[in-house]
Amino acid sequence: MSSHHESILREPLVTGENITYSKVTEDILVPVENKPNKAWWIGFIVSAIGAGLWVFAVSWTFWFGVGEWGLNKTVGWAWDITGFVWWVGIGHAGTLISAVLLLFRQNWRNSINRSAEAMTIFAVICAATYIISHMGRPWMFYWALPLPNQFGSLWVNFNSPLVWDVFAISTYFSVSLVFWYTGLLPDIATIRDRATGLRRRIYSILSFGWNGSVKTWQRFELVSLILAGVSTPLVLSVHTIVSMDFATSLVPGWHTTIFPPYFVAGAIFSGFAMVQTLLLVTRKVMNFENYITMFHIESMNKIIILTGSIVGVAYLTELFIAWYSGAEYEQYAFLNRVSGPYWWAYWTMMTCNVFTPQIFWIKKIRTSVAWSWILSIVVNIGMWFERFVIIVTSLHRDYLPSSWVMFYPSWVDVCVFIGSIGLFFTLFLLFLRVLPAIAMAEVKLLLKSSSDQAKRKLIREGSVDKGEADYYLGSLEKYDSISPRKVEYEKV
Amino acid sequence: MSNIKYILGHFEDPDDLMHGIDKLQEGNVSIYDVYTPMPIHGIEDKLGIRRSRLGRVAFCFGITGTVTAISMIWYMLVYDWPMNIGGKPHFAFPDFVPIMFELTVLFCAFGMVGTYFFVNHLAPGRAPRVMDLRATNDRFVVAIDAKENPYHDKIDNILKEAGAVEVKHNERKYVSYE
Repeated sequence: MSSHHESILREPLVTGENITYSKVTEDILVPVENKPNKAWWIGFIVSAIGAGLWVFAVSWTFWFGVGEWGLNKTVGWAWDITGFVWWVGIGHAGTLISAVLLLFRQNWRNSINRSAEAMTIFAVICAATYIISHMGRPWMFYWALPLPNQFGSLWVNFNSPLVWDVFAISTYFSVSLVFWYTGLLPDIATIRDRATGLRRRIYSILSFGWNGSVKTWQRFELVSLILAGVSTPLVLSVHTIVSMDFATSLVPGWHTTIFPPYFVAGAIFSGFAMVQTLLLVTRKVMNFENYITMFHIESMNKIIILTGSIVGVAYLTELFIAWYSGAEYEQYAFLNRVSGPYWWAYWTMMTCNVFTPQIFWIKKIRTSVAWSWILSIVVNIGMWFERFVIIVTSLHRDYLPSSWVMFYPSWVDVCVFIGSIGLFFTLFLLFLRVLPAIAMAEVKLLLKSSSDQAKRKLIREGSVDKGEADYYLGSLEKYDSISPRKVEYEKV
Repeated sequence: MSNIKYILGHFEDPDDLMHGIDKLQEGNVSIYDVYTPMPIHGIEDKLGIRRSRLGRVAFCFGITGTVTAISMIWYMLVYDWPMNIGGKPHFAFPDFVPIMFELTVLFCAFGMVGTYFFVNHLAPGRAPRVMDLRATNDRFVVAIDAKENPYHDKIDNILKEAGAVEVKHNERKYVSYE
């Protein structure tokens, strides 16, 4: 049957009373079908100013060259590659939610996958712009593609991780886009069939003529499953290859085999933090509390503790291996990270990534919206510093002490970075305005099995064990979308 | 002969819909198609729809990607312009694996989704062939070809008894051309 009953012990994924299929549509389409509210406009204007700054700073870089950045002879990569790795890492959570959690049949992904995937796409756009700008002559970017010798050089060197990166990032971006858009089709069709006039024509074009017939859905589900299957190794490969940009070099502090798993864990860590940052605000402003529930927030916080701890273990392993290797350059690189002139960056990273997320072990904190939001920002800051520490502290004191320098960012560096955040939020806010931020069709699937309403109905019918029913009602305490008085009443 | 083309049974609940399909099949009424706002698991078996072969399509496209990558790299780095990199072998297979993998995924994803769009006639700007506008929102709609199935009153009764909240007699196949 279409709805199998789920264990009463599982926490509900959809809350609220009198939820029907049409109510799901109505609730989720509020931001799309109505004029945006004040909060949206304020956010949009601020972000658009940021995006404007980005356009200005990137144009400045294109016009005058990368000499306008704070780079010098010794430190040839700094905020540019830090920003690139940071953004690519953030993108990883979207694919993890949409692909890995689908393969594991984690139904809680259904209400967050859409916006997380959108976040992936926008984050990879930000990352790619860094790559294009750091090329110095960005109009020659196509030289990174395998083109014939007549373009003035040999074929690209396929032994180089930088070339692998070109393939990895472009595949990642385009496959994520296809995955996201295919998933959007049924929801765009819903908007189309409710709209009139010009809106209907636009959404009609975007819907590709979706009609929801049996065969369409059957194939749709298979396509989603296979896309999830190929995206899972893809997402792991992308950050692995990004880490190999460093790991295959001979620079002390970069030349380590731990990099691929360490980078992937860090990517998931920062990505989930960014999902939290975005969704906690979105659910409040768009009134999605019934769909993005406390269970979702808590689950994401648990992933943040897990991946944060993996990253912590990786930091300690790096220190241990540097000491244990007996290689003096390696040892100095890490001594310099911990206690050199960039000690403050290292300890900011340690604090934000390893120490503070540990307070999520306390249930009160990981089920608090305010704490989750603050800590998600802290993690984002920490992960930016991680990349900065890896890149700049390894480069600024290399094998030749006479070339040792410090790196100071120029105003262009700062503007490109702040601007890229503006660009990211501008794109995300536009997405919230024109497309459904929650996958409606997928949430509708949960209605009969995993909603609070369906579970309460079972309890009222007396078809579940009394002890289990009490356990279930007890687990509702943390939900901010369920009034505690109603639960008490039900218990009696 | 009336000019009714399709009879549509609207259900509010997927379980009622499945029940309705059973009843229609018991009454020997052939079902043209079912339109739903979400995937209904198990409905393919009921309607006798075959398993999709898109998995095989995906595999073929993926393998094409792998072969494309390895032949491209071999041609460029081994055959066309071999470079002496510290005397190492030109055919450095482990170094080629990442790009082989990436192109496998790329070809697989695009080939499969392209095939999906092609076989289901999904394309930007294609006029949506929708029989009822609520089928993408909150109604589970069974469509019955009225020309093939006589005794419309009987069909109406079966649908209503099975729990249909609304039965429509459409004189046009698609409403979305209006």
